[in-house]
Amino acid sequence: MEREPSGQLLGNLVLFGRALRRLGMEVTPAQIQELVRALAHVDLSRRGDVKDAARAVLVSRREQIPLFDRAFDLFWRSWEGWQGPGFDLDVSVQRSQAQEALQHVPEGEGNEQGGPDSPEQETILLRYSAQEQLRHKDFARLTPQERSQVQQLIQEMRWTWARRRSRRFVAAPGGRRLDLRRSFRRNLRHGGEMLHLARRRPKEKARPLVLLCDISGSMEGYTRMLLQFLHAVTRGGMLQERNRVEAFVFGTRLTRITQQLGQRDVDQALAQASRAVQDWSGGTRMGQALRTFNFRWARRLLGQGALVLIISDGWDRGEPDLLAQEMARLQRSCHRLIWLNPLLGSPDYRPLTRGMQAALPFVDAFLPVHNLASLEQLAALLETGLASRRPARP
Amino acid sequence: MSTQPVSTPQSIDQLVQALEAHAYIPERSLATAIFLALKLQRPLFLEGEAGVGKTEVAKVLAQLLDRPLIRLQCYEGLDVSTAVYEWNYTRQMLQIRLMEAAGHVDEETALEELFGPAFLLKRPLLQAIEPVNGQAPVLLVDELDRADEEFEAFLLEVLSDFQISIPEIGTVRAQEPPVVVITSNRTREIHDALKRRCLYHWIDYPSFEKELRIVRTKAPEASEALARQAVAFVQALREQELFKLPGVAETLDWIRALVALDQQALDEQVVHDTLGVLLKYRDDVQRMQGRVVQEILAQDR
Repeated sequence: MEREPSGQLLGNLVLFGRALRRLGMEVTPAQIQELVRALAHVDLSRRGDVKDAARAVLVSRREQIPLFDRAFDLFWRSWEGWQGPGFDLDVSVQRSQAQEALQHVPEGEGNEQGGPDSPEQETILLRYSAQEQLRHKDFARLTPQERSQVQQLIQEMRWTWARRRSRRFVAAPGGRRLDLRRSFRRNLRHGGEMLHLARRRPKEKARPLVLLCDISGSMEGYTRMLLQFLHAVTRGGMLQERNRVEAFVFGTRLTRITQQLGQRDVDQALAQASRAVQDWSGGTRMGQALRTFNFRWARRLLGQGALVLIISDGWDRGEPDLLAQEMARLQRSCHRLIWLNPLLGSPDYRPLTRGMQAALPFVDAFLPVHNLASLEQLAALLETGLASRRPARP
Repeated sequence: MSTQPVSTPQSIDQLVQALEAHAYIPERSLATAIFLALKLQRPLFLEGEAGVGKTEVAKVLAQLLDRPLIRLQCYEGLDVSTAVYEWNYTRQMLQIRLMEAAGHVDEETALEELFGPAFLLKRPLLQAIEPVNGQAPVLLVDELDRADEEFEAFLLEVLSDFQISIPEIGTVRAQEPPVVVITSNRTREIHDALKRRCLYHWIDYPSFEKELRIVRTKAPEASEALARQAVAFVQALREQELFKLPGVAETLDWIRALVALDQQALDEQVVHDTLGVLLKYRDDVQRMQGRVVQEILAQDR
């Protein structure tokens, strides 16, 4: 059964792997070797089987499937003589064509490079004294100089948030549960007499945190600072416990920017995030955006008692009924739903807009987010202010 | 590739036939992935929505290859003592008492005896590595997305060289790696490192023809006409914007429910009464009531 693939085929497979890598798929040389082994078991004249085989070996996420299929079709366009000597098309030409054609495929997740490759940034607790005034100044009214100072302070804030008991246990002297395995070992020395009991307690884990930030026109004065905040929290979360934070922005549509924000360099991260977003400073259709979140992401991200923060002024041009319905669903599927509103900082603000009215009944906490002091207040709430038991919901 | 048992299908076509003979109707791309997993002796990672037949693949493979099936259902907090092995403490204690009564407790021999195979409780992963009657079993790691990252890391270790070390006994190594099927409903993303060790396949909802064949095979008690109508209805339902779409498992449940209710054909009333078999969210059920059902039924005719 085993056939050695011709040298030409091997070369083309290597090139194909490289083409996929350029398109953002992580294809390792080991996978290409595996593919060569796999193709020895497949009838090479059946193009469909070869494609299925290559997909099974090279793809590891559903999102990559359409990209892979198109790349395969383009790359192996001239199938007939693809392994024989008749194969004389210049592969590099094909490859560049493939790349060109695939430029317009919407970016999937997982093709950003930046990883946490640097030593942890030194985190300093917020300095109180001199910045007192700055702390209380509204983000929208900062001078450029103050803005960079505040940005610096946001970067230095330390974000930790509520934890929950996981179902794993760690050894702990005062723990409630017996650790039979360790007790037994320890007491073998005494001939099996149970003199010391080892104990254990549940291990704690940070809850997943999901950030949903409004970037429509009405939020414009705050967007820059809020993105700084998003970056600090997302990046901080990745450093402490990997992948525990997810960040999204929305106006008329929902965009996931977690990967972009994972970069260490703030400016680069924000630049990449803004490139990913297509609806800056436009209108708001929050109900629709939340619906997209609920349908596409909620089940994957809200699994383990997640906290959800929505940051928005509540100006919504969509249907209030849809917004209320999606808020209700979102609240039911997470541990706590917290709404941060920059307008809440002004003393005479009343949440009267239709959107805000529709959403408020489903919010567990409603807080301002207009200056540094309010971010600190939020940090305190996230860290210790949430009771571990979820309130009953209708 | 010399250790393949005789019954292993030798081509994709043979495998498709064999699967169908065991009442599993696969897409060809799935059959290709399974075939390669067997040939290359690599784990098969199946993702897809609930109820599209992921778990079934492992069960059918076990029948088809005539090997025992070992199932590990994942959940959060799954740890070594439930997934791999645990010592039988109560028996060990009893043994100590017996040894005492007999009047000899020499630490060396006692330890050797107490931590020997007789006191070892083998959990699924360890069972899967030790052959049963000389045959490597089929190991099903079900719903891996429910386990936590700690377990994933451990599984990665086991899958990379099919060996497990037990400090007191030594290293247990699989002579022939088991056939491994891992499933995920994708409630969270599984780490790439693990997936890269496997062959990956996304199982989609089947086409109308495929689903009809599945229904005819699995629920032959339903008339052809009813099966056609019901499958068309479910297919149309999957076009709707629903929070949770019905899977093939739901289609089969529904057909059986309809047969149990002595239905010869679909009508609005019976759909209304049995919609709970297909849709499991209140919002979805409400959305589908009344006009929408009428429209779908009208289309089917």
